[in-house]
Amino acid sequence: MKPAVPPSTGKPRLTTSAMIASIAGEGQRTKPAPFGHALVELAKSDERVLGMTADLGKYTDLHIFAQALPERHYQMGMAEQLLFGAASGLAAEGFTPFATTYAVFASRRAYDFIHQTIAEEDRNVKIVCALPGLTSGYGPSHQAAEDLALFRAMPNITVIDPCDAHEIEQAVPAIAAHQGPVYMRLLRGQVPLVLDEYGYSFELGRAKLLRDGAEVLFVSSGILTMRALEAAKLLENDRIGAAVLHVPTIKPLDAAAIVDACSRPGRLVIVAENHTVIGGLGEAVAGLLMRESVHPAFRMIGLPDEFLAAGALPTLHDRYGISTEAICARVKEWVG
Amino acid sequence: MAEAPHDADRAGHAPIGHNVSLARRAWNIRRHAIRMGEVQGQGYIAQALDIADVLAAAYFHAMRYRPDDPEWEGRDRFLLSNGHYAIALYAALIEAGFIPEDELETYGSDESRLPMSGMAAYTPGMEMSGGSLGIGLSIAVGRALGLKRKASDATVYMLFSDGELDEGSVWEAILGAAHHQLDNLIAVVDINNQQADGPSTKVMGFEPLVDKLHAFGWFVTRVDGNDLDAVRDAFDACKAQRGQGRPAMIVADTLMGKGVPFLEAREKNHFIRVEAHEWALALQALDERRPA
Repeated sequence: MKPAVPPSTGKPRLTTSAMIASIAGEGQRTKPAPFGHALVELAKSDERVLGMTADLGKYTDLHIFAQALPERHYQMGMAEQLLFGAASGLAAEGFTPFATTYAVFASRRAYDFIHQTIAEEDRNVKIVCALPGLTSGYGPSHQAAEDLALFRAMPNITVIDPCDAHEIEQAVPAIAAHQGPVYMRLLRGQVPLVLDEYGYSFELGRAKLLRDGAEVLFVSSGILTMRALEAAKLLENDRIGAAVLHVPTIKPLDAAAIVDACSRPGRLVIVAENHTVIGGLGEAVAGLLMRESVHPAFRMIGLPDEFLAAGALPTLHDRYGISTEAICARVKEWVG
Repeated sequence: MAEAPHDADRAGHAPIGHNVSLARRAWNIRRHAIRMGEVQGQGYIAQALDIADVLAAAYFHAMRYRPDDPEWEGRDRFLLSNGHYAIALYAALIEAGFIPEDELETYGSDESRLPMSGMAAYTPGMEMSGGSLGIGLSIAVGRALGLKRKASDATVYMLFSDGELDEGSVWEAILGAAHHQLDNLIAVVDINNQQADGPSTKVMGFEPLVDKLHAFGWFVTRVDGNDLDAVRDAFDACKAQRGQGRPAMIVADTLMGKGVPFLEAREKNHFIRVEAHEWALALQALDERRPA
């Protein structure tokens, strides 16, 4: 049944952001189009690097590349199967295509094409996708809540969930240097800048401890690392020490670093991810810990197993428990 | 940059012999395929027999390659989208010298380089993993774009089946190949009018195919795919299109089981059953029709 017309509350309601809106909070430091600029830089020193898109250049920051290096850019039309099949063909001819679209279209519409033409054939294609997890208020058509689960289940593909502009800039040359297919989630537009403050550098396959704490360990990826860091700062006021282990490479998992951090006695392990709780980082970490006989108290913060609502992102992040405030509230409940 | 071709790379110099007629090549391909079917006791033999003439014209008239160097940069790329036709392509690759003839004994067996459905990692000369139907033309578009980037004069050949015309992705690639002006791409669609659930034109009508492809901006030639001279001429016509900025398609009408009368006459089916004793009969029927 469709919902009734909402009653007036007298308060202004937040509105759904346009697709081009930034996920950065008010006053947050940002950097524009880190992926587009990093790819241009990379392409200047590597002739093999190409950019391809399926009618989403402007919405994946690939337009920066297309403007700077038009001869290296391929517009494949709104045709994701063609995009990834053709990317496979270009890779087979020795090129390193970066193919962009939205995460929903790569993971759901073109899955078999990526599975067969890129992963199974082991082609050196870098799949870079905007609107990962819950970063669009347009409803399930644009919300890729399950992209990590789908790509984790695909053999032979490396899966990356970067946190911010600093990490995206470093990940672009790193995934190009890696021989083989890669799926990377993308943040576009004015992208938050966070990890530079932590002296962080991206290394493919490595998880890194960004801060330490005695009561709680967040194991997180993507924008939930940003949220975990914000929550950890706020939780200091409640005398809850929270460590943050950032795990940008979802596959292959940095088992040693995760097992090591989760083995420290007395800490509540909370996996936080911008993804459904099914099949993402949470279940990956849980499975790893079970196999390694490491049994800390364990909680998951992630999106529920349901079709998510349309609306303003702050509203939705609050509702589904992945805003900083919602995370703090749950941690206090669990630790208190 | 591709290396310049030289005469020794021409298909006519494949190791099995000089000056062998195309008809004999096609006959040899059919024979290798039947022998593989006999090994397994099954296989898409009716398709292999219908497409043998196209493969003979491709490998022994149109294409350039080095069988002892399957990844030679200057080669023409042959992509097999319909992976279940692998039995036919293996037969052609054996005939062309990529694979030793005695290896056909391993067809479809554990550890074989010749699996039932063609895959890139298994077989010399196999350029893609087919089988998930509707995939080949998208890859071919990327291959053709890549060769153009490298200023290569090599050509991408891509074989697919009429049933694949049902797949939306094929039409994405038909649009894309024309948009990108890929005149270094020659696709061949096998119209044997048979797919898994019945006659292809009944499962999902695709005619008038030539008109559709013309409207999409392709150079199209429709031929009897079992008339070797016509198929050879069709490849020549497509190759002559190079420089015109249009991709080319050969629409090849074929007869399943071609070359073995009792299989030609059998009720048409996607997977034609051949009884154990019939493989020898098929070879015998073929042998009675050996061309010069």
